[in-house]
Amino acid sequence: MPTLAPLDLDGHCMAAAFLGDVPYFALADGSLHWLDHGHKTTQLHDGLLCIAAELQGDSFVSGGEDGRIVRFRNDDSAETLAENPGKWINCIASGPQSSIAYGVGRSSFVRTSDGTIVEFAEERTVEGLAFAPKGMRIATARYNGVSLHWAAARAAALDLEWKGAHAQVTFSPDGNYVVSVMQENALHGWRLKDGKHMRMTGYPAKVRSISWSAKGKWLASSGAPAAIVWPFTGKEGPMGKAPLELGTRGDTMVTSVACHPSDDVVAIGYADGMIIAARFKDQKEGLLRRGGNGPISTMRWNKRGMQLAFGAQTGECGIIDLAG
Amino acid sequence: MNEATNPIPVTVLTGYLGAGKTTLLNRILSESHGKRYAVIVNEFGEIGIDNDLIVESDEEIYEMNNGCVCCTVRGDLVRVVEGLMRRPGRFDAIVIETTGLADPAPVAQTFFMDEDVRRKTRLDAVVAVVDAKHLPLRLADSREAEDQIAFADVILLNKTDLVDEESLLKIEATIRSINPSARIHRTERARIELDKVLDRGAFDLQRALDNDPHFLDHDHPDHACTPDCDHDHGHDHQDDHGHHHPVADIHDTSVQSISLRAGPLVPDRFFPWIQKTTQIEGPNILRLKGIIAFDDDEERYVVQGIHMIVEGDHQRPWKPDEKRESRIVFIGRDLDPEKLKRTFEACQAK
Repeated sequence: MPTLAPLDLDGHCMAAAFLGDVPYFALADGSLHWLDHGHKTTQLHDGLLCIAAELQGDSFVSGGEDGRIVRFRNDDSAETLAENPGKWINCIASGPQSSIAYGVGRSSFVRTSDGTIVEFAEERTVEGLAFAPKGMRIATARYNGVSLHWAAARAAALDLEWKGAHAQVTFSPDGNYVVSVMQENALHGWRLKDGKHMRMTGYPAKVRSISWSAKGKWLASSGAPAAIVWPFTGKEGPMGKAPLELGTRGDTMVTSVACHPSDDVVAIGYADGMIIAARFKDQKEGLLRRGGNGPISTMRWNKRGMQLAFGAQTGECGIIDLAG
Repeated sequence: MNEATNPIPVTVLTGYLGAGKTTLLNRILSESHGKRYAVIVNEFGEIGIDNDLIVESDEEIYEMNNGCVCCTVRGDLVRVVEGLMRRPGRFDAIVIETTGLADPAPVAQTFFMDEDVRRKTRLDAVVAVVDAKHLPLRLADSREAEDQIAFADVILLNKTDLVDEESLLKIEATIRSINPSARIHRTERARIELDKVLDRGAFDLQRALDNDPHFLDHDHPDHACTPDCDHDHGHDHQDDHGHHHPVADIHDTSVQSISLRAGPLVPDRFFPWIQKTTQIEGPNILRLKGIIAFDDDEERYVVQGIHMIVEGDHQRPWKPDEKRESRIVFIGRDLDPEKLKRTFEACQAK
């Protein structure tokens, strides 16, 4: 039986994640909490807007209402990497070799480990950012599509156009696809090789949360009474195929998804605070949390896939341990 | 914490650069003791804003992907309001100061079309600040100035000390001809009691028309103005101040308002009619408001709309002394008054 260790905090939990074996919880008020021989806390920002774990696994980068970009390391040190007074940092992404990208108004910035900052002016506000899995390339989500930039080259952006507002963006782990989360209850994908469009629609609500499965064969998403899991197995991606619908419930919506780091299993969090795990192969479900006071806003597995950290909009956080 | 039952009120300030928007905003922030505001601005102007929580955002107009050109929202407001609402304890209300050239429709529609924003907030009123001295010029050379008046629930006719009484009456007549249902207040240096601009409930169907008990009465021949008559068309109630509102000669503008009256209507005719009218004429309709009497219905039905968005609900029982008639006003461009009148009247019970 899985066991649950609750951590009740005061505020909207924006991100739960692990650095090593230590679970961290970042709240919208800018406070960061972690459980390492007791409850510890620090203040990263006056108001947190975005946070990403870095690839090396020992640090976070975050952006706030205070216009600062901060790197927090698991030795409890925090360093301000950049400041944009009076501006909100809308989105942030971590890339190879400690590079980061962040969006401020109608600009995206790439900061490399030597402290160099390169600015890319965009025509519209940068709503979301992602690094490609290989090479120093970023994707920016904006109104009417996604733009791809090589961080080192000042070449013109490659624009992937699709009418409508795009709020988040992600590369598939193999780098073959770019998928955006739209404002209007849909995902949109492009096959990079030829720019072929992939429409993923039919959601009754906005998609807030997406997660690639371990080998990148599946993309799980929230925004429906079930987790909608699109197959990216063949050459055509999800086109012409029905998605899996896992963990369907009649009376509430899926608000957060997190794929397991090694198995084809997804953790599904709901608007009523329930969390389950569902297996793709046979759609078998296991209950991880019965429910709570508010919608699950974030979940993340540890590296071994035995612990799941979660947070809710109402500040209820915790760790679910599968080993019991 | 229950956002659903206690949505945060949002006030939108529009008006040309220099009309006095920021002066009004600073009055709201400094005089409204005990209330905390989150302020959203598109650009920091020359006058500083005296508030702890100010968010600057770039105006981003997003068309919805439904093929309708007038279904637009402000993407920046969706993002900023969501961000603010993740820390709800910090403020009691939101004020949005738009740029001088901003189109108020996408701002207002954001609070109806985006489901998350709609659940957490409620649009209280659109307040336009206009400069009494420069308004005629603005109206002559810009569509935005007209739109801002057409869209407003409350209009501050500001800098009245810079023009004479005759000009003010003319300007008021012009404003009235664009927007007959807005409340007009004359001000100097945007000085006004705050309860006239805040907590108006202008988009609340239950309250919107109660705030204006003489809705559409000002153009009605039966209506006699009294001192407690609440519709603010002139401060000097000394003589006939123009109940027939002659269209001022400076008004060579394109926005018109069309006020219609009819007897009790048949729901099965009215609803298809309002749907079809707003579907077809939506891009031309800036605002619509109405009180409808349905045949064999003891309650008043109120409707309001922005472009293609229409909302309606039963409001309250008809009072015994109230005349059961249906009244509706359309504010827009290129509307056909004859056709609207004919088709509206065709909804009447025989």
